[in-house]
Amino acid sequence: MGQIYMDHAATTAVRREVAEAMKPFFTSKFGNSSSVYDLGREARRGLDQARDKIFKLLGAERAEEIIFTSGGSEANNLAIKGVAWAYANKGKHIITSSIEHPAVLDTANWLTQFGFELTVLPVDEYGLVDSQKVASALRPDTILVSIMHANNEIGTIQPISEIGKIVRQHGALFHTDAVQTAGSLDLDVDELNVDLLSISAHKFYGPKGVGALYVRRGVRLEPLIHGGAQEKRRRAGTENVAGIVGMATALELAQTERKVESARLTKLRDKLIKGLQIIPDTKVNGDLENRLSNNVNVCFKYIEGESLLLNLDLKGIAASSGSACTSGSLDPSHVLLAMGLSHEIAHGSLRLTLGRENTEADVDYLLEVVPEIVERLRAMSPLYQ
Amino acid sequence: MYSDKVMDHFTNPRNVGEIADADGVGEVGNSRCGDIMKIWIKVENDVITDIKFKTFGCGAAIATSSVITELAIGKTLTEAEEITNQAVASALEGLPPLKMHCSNLAADALKSAIEDYRKNTATTAS
Repeated sequence: MGQIYMDHAATTAVRREVAEAMKPFFTSKFGNSSSVYDLGREARRGLDQARDKIFKLLGAERAEEIIFTSGGSEANNLAIKGVAWAYANKGKHIITSSIEHPAVLDTANWLTQFGFELTVLPVDEYGLVDSQKVASALRPDTILVSIMHANNEIGTIQPISEIGKIVRQHGALFHTDAVQTAGSLDLDVDELNVDLLSISAHKFYGPKGVGALYVRRGVRLEPLIHGGAQEKRRRAGTENVAGIVGMATALELAQTERKVESARLTKLRDKLIKGLQIIPDTKVNGDLENRLSNNVNVCFKYIEGESLLLNLDLKGIAASSGSACTSGSLDPSHVLLAMGLSHEIAHGSLRLTLGRENTEADVDYLLEVVPEIVERLRAMSPLYQ
Repeated sequence: MYSDKVMDHFTNPRNVGEIADADGVGEVGNSRCGDIMKIWIKVENDVITDIKFKTFGCGAAIATSSVITELAIGKTLTEAEEITNQAVASALEGLPPLKMHCSNLAADALKSAIEDYRKNTATTAS
């Protein structure tokens, strides 16, 4: 039995072209990009070319506006803590939303023990942040607003450009976590009105362990990692040249194929949603219009997510759930709860995120298998009458 | 993550269902934390002669419910009451640490069914 991978929001497989582009930097071009001799310069050229590709793909102005990191979590930490420490004398108020990834939410929360104040904005039943609520939350001492571009669980795309305009007019800095959108939406930092933007390579068929933070020219950042002059002293440590080259190659490929692939995935997504909706007592989570082309998120009432995932795994399907058991805490998904879902319903969520390898045959197989599993689990559930 | 024994009980749960004329019914857990177990028992001469369960919950919750029905059937009420959550976990060749507390409620559900039976018989007698 083959494996059907439908968890692309978790991670993706490195593309063959990407792996090929990375290879020389592990072996023949292994130099430290800070070294003066030829081997070092060779690595430096690879690094510079990758940085050039990425800043242009993001619509940035200069190469120096890109800081390479170990991934999306570090990029988010650097954006939030870096700005907070650098601007603490200007103000100590930060605004974010209730559906952010923990790399943003926990980081912002952590800062409150040092005298920073945090406003966490609610979302509506579709997981959308209201730009007017952002406007009313802004204060004279607000230094930073961080709202994610699209949510990793429900795929809802936020009105980032609109929010950014409001925030920047007010004079605060605006960060967006674009980890879920890089490679699938057109990212242009000027159109999005952002000062800082995080991406992570392994979400768009690049390697794990590498990401980037875009920082608009003129924005000050206190580094998190000290000990070297790399990345203009904003992030010490020998650059992961192979990973960075892989990320640039992956982003370029994704951007080139974006429109065609997105149209293909949208079709598959809509077929999946339509097919799953036929199951009685099923709720589709998120916004159907402003939604990532690869995201399906549904709740099946009366059943629990982990037992659903175990059954799917037995059928060769890899998926994910916002149930407490899979979140590693006693509470189910903070995103679904923020949208107003009850604990009981949120426990029964299923997230399917499509990607390059998925075909219509995969979707058909899923639609054949899921109803049986849901029925079997409901027959066992004391909540189902 | 789960032992073969857990997966066996999860994929082929024993004694799923309800007993229409049960002598005792017990329910534990709550939907907030994601686990609810309900157990029905039939009792003759102080011995559990039939037992059925329904569970809303994760793999561990379903497997522990299933295995306790096997442990309890044919036992006297006193013997059945002595089954601990730890014994249930051992019968399943262990549970992941995270599941020991939140999803290992089957012994509590059985005790609650036995209490219910005792309450029912006490009222019938008086």
